[in-house]
Amino acid sequence: MAYDNIDLSLAPGFSPSNRVVSGTAIGARLRDFLLPFLTRYGLVTGFLLLWQVSATRGWVNPAVFPPLDVIVVALWDSLASGALLDDIAISLQRAGIAFFAAVMLGIPLGLFMGQIKTVEQALDPLLQFFRQTSALALYPIFILLLGLGETSKVFVIFWATLFPILLATIGGVKEVDRKLIEMARTYGASRLTVFRRVILPASVPAIFVGLRLSATTALLLLIAAEMIGANKGIGFQVMNAQYNFQIPLMFAAILLLALIGLAANAILLALQRRLCRWSQPAP
Amino acid sequence: MSHAQQSVRGEVAIRHLSKSFTLNGEPLPVLRDVNLNIRSGESLAIVGASGSGKTTLLRVLAGLEAADAGEVLIDGKAVHGVGAERAVIFQEPRLLPWLTVLDNIAFGLETRGTSRDEARAHARRYVKLVGLQQFENAYPRQLSGGMAQRVGIARALAVQPEILLLDEPLGALDAMTKIGMQQELARIWRDEEVTTILVTHDLEEAIYLADRILILPREKGGESKFIDIDLQRPRDRSAPEFVRLREELLRIFGLH
Repeated sequence: MAYDNIDLSLAPGFSPSNRVVSGTAIGARLRDFLLPFLTRYGLVTGFLLLWQVSATRGWVNPAVFPPLDVIVVALWDSLASGALLDDIAISLQRAGIAFFAAVMLGIPLGLFMGQIKTVEQALDPLLQFFRQTSALALYPIFILLLGLGETSKVFVIFWATLFPILLATIGGVKEVDRKLIEMARTYGASRLTVFRRVILPASVPAIFVGLRLSATTALLLLIAAEMIGANKGIGFQVMNAQYNFQIPLMFAAILLLALIGLAANAILLALQRRLCRWSQPAP
Repeated sequence: MSHAQQSVRGEVAIRHLSKSFTLNGEPLPVLRDVNLNIRSGESLAIVGASGSGKTTLLRVLAGLEAADAGEVLIDGKAVHGVGAERAVIFQEPRLLPWLTVLDNIAFGLETRGTSRDEARAHARRYVKLVGLQQFENAYPRQLSGGMAQRVGIARALAVQPEILLLDEPLGALDAMTKIGMQQELARIWRDEEVTTILVTHDLEEAIYLADRILILPREKGGESKFIDIDLQRPRDRSAPEFVRLREELLRIFGLH
């Protein structure tokens, strides 16, 4: 055969495991921490570095894209001086009240609707219609009905966050394995017990998908509402800083929004991990 | 609970039971005038071709389906719906994924009103019975198919039913696990005093586990056949008598 005389042995000392064995303690530590870090955050770090270098070197107009250190200093100053704290407070309050109200209405209503087929079937077309209608398009109507004050802002966020939660909850309940419900029935479980011990826990992962989607939507709508008609709030500050050409402050406010979004997601994720330990891969 | 009292419990009588489903608007008879007596403590296996209604019969006994006509008597009393004297083992383990092995086994006791602590203490005995002590706190997704089914079996046994209804309980397991589980079931049958009604399509399993085999007819309203299995336990699958019974059953199904 043509390949018979090919030397299959590797060069002396060449072995992937060799390097592992001979690696120093530092090398091992680098492998354990640096590699996972690089895979996860390497691209982000690269992006930030590129930003910083481009802005300081003048590759991009620093008046439009200020260097990162300037943005971070602007953020720090506005936080330390308390200038942004009021805006953060009012924004969190708007989004928080709306999200809380959506949760308090969406989850119970979803749990109810998901279990009763006729109710679900009757309401589904309406829900799909509302879901497809941008909440922002309805904002003028809410302003007409509720005025330009806090109520209309909170309501538009509530409206937009309600549907992901409601639909995810309905979906979760509908997806519950009928066989588990039947099993519970053979052990004499009442309707309430079936709900409490089978339907509710089975729906939790789906509900969390809706909650996380809604949290993102809440922030999106918050900023839009604050940009349209507010004189306070982070969204207002983004817009206001741009009008006044305080570009570092504008980016600082945007950065702040991103951080709030990440924090909200992290909190929900932690809560989900706690409540759904059973669906997590083994530690 | 005295032994004397228990020995007269778990008696099942089926009287003129009929059940049809509706298929494309047409009634499809599944069971027609089924009559059957099952002694207390007996192990009955029900076999039959697909569509013979064996699973439907078991579901009616479990109270998961209502009969169109006829009745089911347990210890002389007509029963409707599910009841605490019966427990069902399904083909799938049907474990609640958010509960640990121990809590899954305790589930049936809890839904029947036992306090959580008491139910768990009681469930621990059944964890041991099926040999899953080390997995007491594991979640179902961490278990193999055979282990999960053992949890399902333990959950049913933990409520101490008079009658255990099994719907192809080992049908989804691989051949090796299946034989091991059959041995385990035979051991449990021996130790727990319970009437068992096993629906299976596995003729060898029926001979290995049952005192008596009911063969449902292919044609509705046809004659049901019974075969008594008088083999000594534990049974030997390679014993001539065992093999002969297997051949006899195959012949009845026209396969030999």
